[in-house]
Amino acid sequence: MKIHLKVWRQAGPTAHGQFVNYTAENVSPHMSFLEMLDVVNEGLIRKGQEAIAFDSDCREGICGTCGFMVSGIPHGPEPHTTVCQLHMRKFKDGDALTLEPWRSKGFPVLRDLIVDRSAFDRIIQAGGYTSVNTGGAQDANAILIGRDTAEAAMDSAACIGCGACVAACKNASAALFTSAKITHLSLLPQGQVERGTRVLNMVERMDMEGFGSCSNEGECEAVCPKGISLRNIATMNREYWKAILSS
Amino acid sequence: MTLDSKVPSGPLAEKWDSHKFASKLVNPANRRKHTVIIVGTGLAGASAASSLGELGYNVLSFCIQDSPRRAHSIAAQGGINAAKNYQNDGDSIYRLFYDTIKGGDYRAREANVYRLAQVSVNIIDQCVAQGVPFAREYGGQLDNRSFGGAQVSRTFYARGQTGQQLLLGAYQSMQRQVARGQVKQFPNREMLDLVLINGQARGIIVRNLVTGQLERYVADAVCLATGGYGTAYYLSTNAVGSNVTASWRAHKRGALFANPCFTQIHPTCIPVSGEDQSKLTLMSESLRNDGRVWVPKNTGDKRRAADIPESERDYYLERKYPSFGNLVPRDVASRNAKQVCDEGRGVGETGLAVYLDFKDAIQRLGHDVVAARYGNLFEMYEKITGEDPYTVPMRMYPAIHYAMGGLWVDYNLMSNVPGLHVLGEANFSDHGANRLGASALMQGLADGYFVIPYTLAHYIAGTKVEKVTTDHDAFKEAENSVQDRINKVLAVKGTKTPRELHRQLGRLLWDDVGMARNEAGLKKALATIPKLREEFWQNVAVPGDANNLNKNLEYAGRVADYLEFAELLALDALTRTESCGGHFREESQTPEGEAQRDDAHFSHVSAWEFQGVGKTPTLHKEPLVFEEVHPSQRSYK
Ligand SMILES: Cc1cc2nc3c(=O)[nH]c(=O)nc-3n(C[C@H](O)[C@H](O)[C@H](O)COP(=O)(O)OP(=O)(O)OC[C@H]3O[C@@H](n4cnc5c(N)ncnc54)[C@H](O)[C@@H]3O)c2cc1C
Ligand code: FES
Repeated sequence: MKIHLKVWRQAGPTAHGQFVNYTAENVSPHMSFLEMLDVVNEGLIRKGQEAIAFDSDCREGICGTCGFMVSGIPHGPEPHTTVCQLHMRKFKDGDALTLEPWRSKGFPVLRDLIVDRSAFDRIIQAGGYTSVNTGGAQDANAILIGRDTAEAAMDSAACIGCGACVAACKNASAALFTSAKITHLSLLPQGQVERGTRVLNMVERMDMEGFGSCSNEGECEAVCPKGISLRNIATMNREYWKAILSS
Repeated sequence: MTLDSKVPSGPLAEKWDSHKFASKLVNPANRRKHTVIIVGTGLAGASAASSLGELGYNVLSFCIQDSPRRAHSIAAQGGINAAKNYQNDGDSIYRLFYDTIKGGDYRAREANVYRLAQVSVNIIDQCVAQGVPFAREYGGQLDNRSFGGAQVSRTFYARGQTGQQLLLGAYQSMQRQVARGQVKQFPNREMLDLVLINGQARGIIVRNLVTGQLERYVADAVCLATGGYGTAYYLSTNAVGSNVTASWRAHKRGALFANPCFTQIHPTCIPVSGEDQSKLTLMSESLRNDGRVWVPKNTGDKRRAADIPESERDYYLERKYPSFGNLVPRDVASRNAKQVCDEGRGVGETGLAVYLDFKDAIQRLGHDVVAARYGNLFEMYEKITGEDPYTVPMRMYPAIHYAMGGLWVDYNLMSNVPGLHVLGEANFSDHGANRLGASALMQGLADGYFVIPYTLAHYIAGTKVEKVTTDHDAFKEAENSVQDRINKVLAVKGTKTPRELHRQLGRLLWDDVGMARNEAGLKKALATIPKLREEFWQNVAVPGDANNLNKNLEYAGRVADYLEFAELLALDALTRTESCGGHFREESQTPEGEAQRDDAHFSHVSAWEFQGVGKTPTLHKEPLVFEEVHPSQRSYK
């Protein structure tokens, strides 16, 4: 197959960016999307040109490192799939695709398709944990947790922090990411002690980082590679008001 | 040089307790006067950073990803072992210890392994307290599965995402310490050199991967938790950014590299499909609990799986190993897959695959139960191959997965370089010649949460370090040498990409230093690697410069290190003429074709000392003494 690419090139955080056209030749349907880009890059490098900067690590859809817009959709057209897990068999010969970085105030572009997502770390720093030091934990089976509760917590905990939710949202809201962690911990007995302060601090931090507010568009859920549900945001809002009222 | 393992005396079960008591302590008020560098934020690094931060040390934490949460540990699927015996099925600390020693083919230190089994129970408690959502029974207790050939159910798991949940637990604890100011984190940093002052590890040189600037950091001690070197083989199950660079550069500064030839090949990975493939995807070993492995009885049988009648299928693991069947350890399963493919009985387009079939499991348990157990893995398989494992058997082939070898450490997890500690997959210590499934996560967290807080304190309390800043000459020298190497890479301006060279090296290692090794092949590898290295320095293509984000430059630096390291890997494999665990020397097998150990000559750790690139390193041997278990020929029949 032949794939036509229009790729955002930007040399650095403050540099002026622009789209550049490339053609990926001899694309095999077995390749992943990133392997297709690897091959394009190999061609550029051999010509002495700088490769298109994109990031990836696990290439299995779990680390959350990869991610950019493929023709306007974070991670591309395949539902519940990170771009590293997207395979070229989903495309056809002659397709024209536009590749762009996540666009959000909270995620400044570092180079080409790579953005700075450190804001997510800072949201977790604001309270996305249980305050227990190493050592001295009670026996694990002393805390009984119903299977359904554990499964529901796991549904929220499955977030990979890739940032697709922010990129999809017209407000560039980080509500899905933030609410997933709040929900995970608020469902479990271990998360109860700090339940109120956690939600207040994390929401405050999220706003400080320049992310927009959630207006329930649902785009985030639609593009989330891990299928994190919008219900997390409803939980976060409930937790937030409960905490406000009781503080 | 004599290698002192510092294993405490006394009965095995009491060694760790008495060692902890004998260790020196750092007064709580003094801890903030000590800075510790931790390179790596996988399970080992993140757990160490959070624990040492909680204790009050100043921790500086580094990783190459854009966030510590993305370390390679995140990809672990299957689970984590612990000797909790919650299932009342006969598990105990002693049994986990015994299984690990035996599984490692008697090439690990007894005392380390016993300690690992002891602290395993605390790990689960700690993780649950953090809110790790492990799988539960209906009554609310923790669920367990049997994993990787264990005859007890001691594996804790969180769906197929155990590594993710354990890492997020450790990462969140670490972020809490970042918020408190105890841990300073430096993501997007690659360690490119270790700085020694008066023979002690005192700092590191890193490259800021966003700005390209070199940076210097000084501390009282350095911990490396930088993971394994499986990516030397190019195609592996490891994350594509995993590398040997940090370990290798520490090795070049004097740290001994132990047992590099002990690499693990995982039997169930999705087979290679094309030239441009960048990595191999592991399918969790738990699949072997219900899937049956087979190939056609006849060579060259190209019929579709469904068209091959039962009578013409060879369930070779069940046939050869009746008591373990499909659950034999990884090395045995991998070698047998290679063997049937070498016989011409492999399946799929390339003939380099065996079937893993769920037909019987679906019949026995029903579609829904199988979906509940393995649904996400089946989905992943379908995404990659386009085939539906509910109706067509999976195709599997072994791939490089894990490094048992690593930097040599003593019982305190300290290398031979004073102050340089090594944690997790980066060290060599606990898995001998073969690691059991679900034991790497256990070891990473054991090292970080429960061992290093004690042993590092002992080092700090008992060691005088000179007060220095990063202006010290040793920092200048190290930074200059890093800068020179970067300049040298950029100056080549050749025509071959780092990926092409890496792929070439990988193929060579896979063919000659892979699943089965022999003298001729290893000698061939040793003759070829230096030529490839020369080609790199003559012809590598790295456009752009060093003053910004340049992925290709990062990659080239790592490939340059693989090209040096690979020689050590092959040499170690050549020197160890016995077979043991994952290291199979064709010259050393039993009449049935199983690995034949040679305890008389090889019951030791091979620790190599660097003498210069292309120069033969010096071999130091640490004898392995077995006081508790009696090494026997492993048998899974
Ligand atoms: C697909 C897969 C599945 C697995 N499943 C299981 C399982 O079910 N159970 C089990 O027990 N084990 C499993 N393993 C093995 C296990 O995941 C690893 O052995 C373990 O996670 C390693 O942890 P670590 O902390 O030592 O290193 P890693 O998690 O590899 O972390 C390395 C860290 O070092 C950093 N780093 C590396 N180089 C540098 C450098 N030069 N400078 C700065 N930082 C650097 C990285 O950024 C990273 O933070 C699996 C492995 C794979 C590949
Ligand atoms: S590279 Fe890890 S999720 Fe895509």
